[in-house]
Amino acid sequence: MGEPDHYSYPSIFIYGHRATGKSYVIHTLLKELELPHATVSCVECVSMGLLFEQVLLSLFGTDGSALLPRSPSLSDFVRIYKQQCSESPVKQTRYVVLEHSELLRDMEINLLPAFLRLQELVNDNVTVVLLSEIVWDKFRSNTGCFEPLLLHFPDYSKAELQQILERDTHPSYTPELYSSFINILLGVFYSVCRDLRELRHLAALNFSKYCEPLKEGKVKESDAHKLWKNIEPHLKKAMQTVYLREVSSAQWEQQQQMEENETGAFKGLSAYAHVELPYYSKFLLIAAYLASYNPARTDKRFFLKHHGKIKKTKAFLKRNEKTSNHLLGPKPFPLDRLLAIFYSVVDSRVAPTASIFSQISSLVTLQLLTQMGHDDQLDTPKYKCSVSLDFIRGISRTVNFDIVKYLYDFL
Amino acid sequence: MSKRKIQETNLPVGECISQVQTILRERFCHQSLPERTEGMESQHKHLLELLKRTSDHGESNSVLIIGPRGGGKTMLLNCVLRDLLEVTDASKILLQVHLNGLLQTDDHVALKEITRQLHLENVVGDKVFGSFAENLVFLLDALKKGDRSNSRPVLFILDEFDLFAHHRNQTLLYNLLDVSQSAQTPIAVVGLTCRLDVLELLEKRVKSRFSHRQIHLLSSATFTHFLETATSQLSLPDDFPDDQFAQEWNANIKALWKDKSVKNALQRHFNSSKDLRSLHLLLMLMLSRVTVSKPFIQPADIIEASRCCMVDSKANVLHGLSILELCLIIAMKHLNDIYDGGPFNFHMVHNEFKKFLQRKSHSIHNFEKPVVIKAFEHLHELELIRSVEGSTAKIQREYQLMKLMLDHTQIMEALQKYPQCPTDVKQWAMSSFG
Repeated sequence: MGEPDHYSYPSIFIYGHRATGKSYVIHTLLKELELPHATVSCVECVSMGLLFEQVLLSLFGTDGSALLPRSPSLSDFVRIYKQQCSESPVKQTRYVVLEHSELLRDMEINLLPAFLRLQELVNDNVTVVLLSEIVWDKFRSNTGCFEPLLLHFPDYSKAELQQILERDTHPSYTPELYSSFINILLGVFYSVCRDLRELRHLAALNFSKYCEPLKEGKVKESDAHKLWKNIEPHLKKAMQTVYLREVSSAQWEQQQQMEENETGAFKGLSAYAHVELPYYSKFLLIAAYLASYNPARTDKRFFLKHHGKIKKTKAFLKRNEKTSNHLLGPKPFPLDRLLAIFYSVVDSRVAPTASIFSQISSLVTLQLLTQMGHDDQLDTPKYKCSVSLDFIRGISRTVNFDIVKYLYDFL
Repeated sequence: MSKRKIQETNLPVGECISQVQTILRERFCHQSLPERTEGMESQHKHLLELLKRTSDHGESNSVLIIGPRGGGKTMLLNCVLRDLLEVTDASKILLQVHLNGLLQTDDHVALKEITRQLHLENVVGDKVFGSFAENLVFLLDALKKGDRSNSRPVLFILDEFDLFAHHRNQTLLYNLLDVSQSAQTPIAVVGLTCRLDVLELLEKRVKSRFSHRQIHLLSSATFTHFLETATSQLSLPDDFPDDQFAQEWNANIKALWKDKSVKNALQRHFNSSKDLRSLHLLLMLMLSRVTVSKPFIQPADIIEASRCCMVDSKANVLHGLSILELCLIIAMKHLNDIYDGGPFNFHMVHNEFKKFLQRKSHSIHNFEKPVVIKAFEHLHELELIRSVEGSTAKIQREYQLMKLMLDHTQIMEALQKYPQCPTDVKQWAMSSFG
């Protein structure tokens, strides 16, 4: 960056993965060298006015930011900045640090090019530093802009991650124990996630469970194999729950305190999606699933009593993943088809009353079905089923219906 | 720091380096004006003539300066202004209004800015009173009242001229050019833009009032020119306090260009972009390595700086991905090969991945589906994949069609550099059938 009085390049772009230390390094540098700076996180600035206010506040104090009119435009910002500069001239370089700068692209079009040229526009020794996870190639606008200096913050290697994680050791245990714990943790999670923050969170949550056998006196510290055997299934379970944020961290810690034979009743977030539906609604949902995932020409075979067999033609045998509906997604179907399949699927005789139709609407509200097409289409509304295979399997098990037999893809 | 005053003011090295940095940084970062414009003499003369005619003889003119980004438009204009203002006593007569298309996004705002800069009567302090129509009428009146003999000429400089053409009805441009064509206050309108087709953007009535005078700044520099420019940019001026240091520095610079690898690096740079701005970027990177312990630029610095400029940022991002995410990218690459670049959704990618796990993998064990979805979404956040269609509300997340934003060669290169990549993953990537 050079010495304070020197000019620095008008804009710098720093990119790197999450938690590679970009903001930390910049802030430490700016604080230690005591340079005048303004740090703004673009996530907090939903409008330009908030961004301008924060910058002026940090650089010039409250009187600077008070001069901004109600909904300031970039022109006002530059004008007030120039005014403030002439009132309090400083020879040092001022720094404006913008975090999450990829959000600047979604604000006004002129904002990003203007910030890259801020030094030229206000005629002052100011440098704009942009931090982001996304590469610069995605930021360029159509007629081009002032190219900033690009700096890359490389990610940590496995050894470096281990060193960093080993630093927060627990006071009552030896560092070697903690480092063996980190070793095991990295062994399980490294191939999935390299984010330093997530790994630290997981380490903090699981360390007490790791030390449980030690506390109970069952194993000694040097018995690495037993410790590993104890913690490994636990870590695997952690991957499915806490890592995915299905279970909150508080719930996880509670679960750890209970005995092993008592656990099991904790539901993850996705378990809450299993809504209890009335009997006919379940069949409607099953019928909708079959309508979405089976092609219309195969209905005859599945649902009529006297049907012919499907001839195993070459086309039938050749159907591969390209045409498999389970990979491509559900297809829309008209209401009549849904009702036709419904009547053949339900075992008892059902009259087409209004309550059946209202159940269809409530399924749409629950977002288990999606309505395609315009709201005004009253004659032939089209729907699409938006549940997954596991969900529908669970539902059909509760009504004793074997859905896999009726699915074309599994023939 | 004590300065020992000997006969030829010999400063200690630290002070020298500091001075060097000051001078060179001002040149590279602040874009200070050079003494004379190199390679643009004819354009310089042309523009200077034009502006002189406005300020001295009261003639109205309009001109457009067109050139690619970093080509020196602003520099040319500032040089001309500097020359104009020091030669005659034009600084007392000529009024200047500087507008920028990036800042004044609307005619309303532009009008307020003009009245502010001209200090017209409806400006009190900083606030401009009146509505848009009132301001426009007031300004036109003020400009109309003058004529050749007894009013001051005004110079309007419009930066990013093409953005002004996007305003509603192009009111501002129309009025300015109208005034320049009729016998009112002499004004000169100078527009700077990087678009070559800027005249197509103007409406017919605006275009007819424009004088169609264009100054093009297309550089036709050769590689030797480029080297000379680089040398002159890096050399210290004659009035540097420490003569001996300055001579050593300049000699070092000249010796650098004799190195073959340095020349190749510069040639590569020249082949990709000729303009001065990217050269400044390269020189800035080199300069930041000059410290007190290493007071002269070494060839290794230049090669390192060149490498920094030319690096592929996406390769750096790929380096930091986890193995699961890398496998997903390889699966997408295979899908692209099989389906010729058609869009895919999450289930198709997952299917490919599962096929790999069943058949060939030893080192990667089967992950649960939600974990794979999380990795997929991380790739989406990094914008390595992007969704294809516009409305995504009606389709479930897993079935949304996506496109891969990486190239085949980028993936293969990244795989080579990936640390501790398992061999079966590498082999899977290189095999042509999934």
